Amino acid sequence: MNFSELFKLSGLLGRFSPDGKCLASCVQHRLVVRDASSLQILHLYSCMDQIQYIEWSSDSQFILCAMYKRGIVQVWSLEQSEWYCKIDEGSAGLVASCWSPDGRHILNTTEFHLRITVWSLCTKSVSYIKYPKACQQGVAFTKDGRYMAVAERRDCKDFISIFVCRNWQLLRHFDTETQDLFGIEWAPNGCVLAAWDTCLEYKVLLYSLDGRLLSSYRAYEWPLGIKSIAWSPSSQFLAIGSFDEKVRILNHVTWKKITELEHPAVITSKKTIVYKEVEKSPTLGTERLSFPPTRALASSLFSTQSKYDICQVPVSLHYIKPVADKANPKVGVGMLAFSADNCFLATKNDNIPNAVWIWDIRKLKLAVVLEQLYTIQCFQWDPCQPRLAVCTGSSRVYLWSPAGCVVVKVPGEGDFQIVSLSWHSSGDSMLLLSKDHFCVCYLEREEV
Amino acid sequence: MGDWRTVTVPLLSSDSKNIFPYTSERKSPTSMSSEVLRLSLPSSKSMHSFFSAFCTEENIEQSISYIDRELTTMGFPSIYAESKGKELDLVSMVNCMNELLVLQHKNLRAQEEIEVQHLKLGSDMDHLQNCYSKLKVQKLQNVISSRATQYNHDMKRKEREYNKLKERLHQLVMNKKDKKLAMEVLNYVGRADGKRGAWRTDKTEARNEEEMYKVLLSDYEQRQKQLLLENSELKKVLQQMKKDIISLLPPQKQKPKERSEDGLVLSDQEEDIGELNKENMWELSCETVREQLTNSIRKQWRMLKNHVEKLDNQVSRGHSGALNEKDVISREDHELETGKLELEIQQCKEMIRTQQQLLQQQLTCDDDTTLLLQDCYLLEERERLQEEWRLFREQKKNFEKERKSFTEAAIRLGLERKAFEEDRGAWLKHQFLTMTADCKSENATTPSAFLRSSDTDLRLVRSSSQQKRPPSVLSTTASPEPCQISQYITQNSVASEKPAADYLPNLWVESDDKEETEECTKTWEDSGLDTLCRNLHMEQLP
Repeated sequence: MNFSELFKLSGLLGRFSPDGKCLASCVQHRLVVRDASSLQILHLYSCMDQIQYIEWSSDSQFILCAMYKRGIVQVWSLEQSEWYCKIDEGSAGLVASCWSPDGRHILNTTEFHLRITVWSLCTKSVSYIKYPKACQQGVAFTKDGRYMAVAERRDCKDFISIFVCRNWQLLRHFDTETQDLFGIEWAPNGCVLAAWDTCLEYKVLLYSLDGRLLSSYRAYEWPLGIKSIAWSPSSQFLAIGSFDEKVRILNHVTWKKITELEHPAVITSKKTIVYKEVEKSPTLGTERLSFPPTRALASSLFSTQSKYDICQVPVSLHYIKPVADKANPKVGVGMLAFSADNCFLATKNDNIPNAVWIWDIRKLKLAVVLEQLYTIQCFQWDPCQPRLAVCTGSSRVYLWSPAGCVVVKVPGEGDFQIVSLSWHSSGDSMLLLSKDHFCVCYLEREEV
Repeated sequence: MGDWRTVTVPLLSSDSKNIFPYTSERKSPTSMSSEVLRLSLPSSKSMHSFFSAFCTEENIEQSISYIDRELTTMGFPSIYAESKGKELDLVSMVNCMNELLVLQHKNLRAQEEIEVQHLKLGSDMDHLQNCYSKLKVQKLQNVISSRATQYNHDMKRKEREYNKLKERLHQLVMNKKDKKLAMEVLNYVGRADGKRGAWRTDKTEARNEEEMYKVLLSDYEQRQKQLLLENSELKKVLQQMKKDIISLLPPQKQKPKERSEDGLVLSDQEEDIGELNKENMWELSCETVREQLTNSIRKQWRMLKNHVEKLDNQVSRGHSGALNEKDVISREDHELETGKLELEIQQCKEMIRTQQQLLQQQLTCDDDTTLLLQDCYLLEERERLQEEWRLFREQKKNFEKERKSFTEAAIRLGLERKAFEEDRGAWLKHQFLTMTADCKSENATTPSAFLRSSDTDLRLVRSSSQQKRPPSVLSTTASPEPCQISQYITQNSVASEKPAADYLPNLWVESDDKEETEECTKTWEDSGLDTLCRNLHMEQLP
């Protein structure tokens, strides 16, 4: 495993390009485009204000930089560095901006979700989408980029509109039976759309591409409902994580629950492997100590090594009792992710914040629990193989695969607190992001 | 009539355990609870002690008087015949006892009733508590739902207000449009797919619909293919299972006889099954075929289950005493049989193992090598035989040599004996002659003397040579040593016996000689010279 040096970063804005060749990062108002393997700077662009959001176009030719305060989106071309494009929303304001799947249209959501403007880079045409819903996931594109689903709300009722991305024509428009639609997501096969309600109502609705309601699922009535949803890569399963600390998996044939995955604080199953991160005390030779201590010595003194230990079941995990009188309580399954080969599901239960639960989907059983020393910040599956990378806000990155798990400390002085990570599309390298810096980790083929 | 008090009988501290504690956690408001007579029912075991503890032979009168007192205070008539007398009025005593028994019965009944009531009340309480908690939950739920509806209503109201504001804002924003272009771009970029944008027409709408349905259809077709595949695999597995189950079951022919009704059905099923087996399974997916398959499998499985259960029962019956001797083989016989079979099995296994080894030896080599090996074995055998032959011949030769030497020795012995006899005869003659000659004259013709001397010399020489010969005889012949030694002994004995011997001894000696030679030969034979005997044995060998 090789680590690059630390580079400056702001706003956790570091993205690999979809084709994997380049890496874009932001420092305040500057956009730096590097080569993904050598990290050499290829392009350097300056924007008008501090950048809040960047996104690569699907063909990796353009990058959009959104500045919400100014209401401006600037688009840069990698091919022609003198090309420029600036979209000014003016007094309409800007809260969100994204690319269309064809990489030639930009969808800007104006302030208060008044409308979504579709700007075209090819023609002078502009389209508007009225009454978009102000929710977490209001716009969803199919994987093949053909269709776009938009959540709308008119007269206190929720609707979903499906557009054809090629010409932005409305295909279907139908209402949903939700109280307050919270999010929509297409299945990877592009034929089924899942829509779910707020956490006050546990309800998942499944619509076919042509707008028919295929099924509706409700697990219970009164307690807080859905916290997170994930489709499996093969579209066979829909995993629903809820506030009752359970994950329910629906199957695509009958749209009925096939299993409930529980997240108890004590693990008793004998077939589960529990990896616990333990600190190793640093070993130092006493004759090496000198005053004033050298930088390397200081960092090695204060940085602790850690490793994984296998715990014998039963294991009781670090559990936080949820505060009852606060909104959005830290309870329930807040993170869900399927592995790329459809074999594993990684979950995080927010009131057991230091643990990652890895479920074997073929057996529908808990395979592994990783218990870390600190709260899990982010985890992501390798896009090619069943390998999970986890970060907890320390300067260590944790990797798990069915062969085992490993703790790797990012070398270097100073604190590098990793709060986010993202894999390269080839699975050979990983971007580690902290508040002010980023680092690229290169993995060798045979590792883990 | 009188107070009803709890009776505390003295001297009965040991029996306090017999008193049933009337445990009631809750005071049930029955009028009799506090005043109920707590009677103790002594257990049968301690009955004797109970009775003997109170009244013994010493304190009969005291106990009777005490009882009388108690009864009178309870309102019963006195048991004494007269008020002061010591005689008991049997009638009144019997009456008192009867009254007491009746009282006891009543009290027991009352106790039972109270216990029943107590149980009922307990269960009622539980039920009520459950209901209460359920009601509470329902109430809370109602509260929540009412609050939720109120909340939703309020939210909707607020949302409508908000929408109005948004609309207003939108209008203002749209009116206040900046004159400058909202989008500045150096040059328009070509589309990603290279095509030009199309106008929005009805045709495009229709095409959109078409495409959408195509997408959906292809997805459904793919799923159906997968399901068909899965189905056909499962059907194959079911068929396989069915065949296995049928093979496991005992032959069906017996069954139709036992159950005639089912038998017909079964035979029909069998035919159908046969038909199903023949046809191509994955082409048939209609209801009836599917049902037939599942039904037949269920039936077969049920039969298998019954069969297994029957076997289980048989085994369990066999384990538990084996009452049914006819059906079940007796345990000892069974064990004997199993022992025998095990032995057999072991023997067979060993045989197989040896056979295997031999076979391996034969088979592991090629044909050539086996032939070579066979040749080698033959050669080896031949060599061995030759070696033995050689040995045999050698020994034969030795045997011959010994024989020859023996015969020579025997011949020599005979010759020597002859010579010895001659010498002896001559010596005796000489002696006789000398004796007579001495008597006759002294003149000894020189020639005769010479002759005699020469004779004597000769004789002397002979005798000396005789005496010498045995050793020389000893030295020349080697092998049959004991024989020679015995010869020497015999000759010496012969020699020693000679002077004292007479003509008779001569014979005796001769016979002796003969005997001894015979003995010698005997000993020679009996000494069991290993080599010679072996050689002799060897001769006998094929």
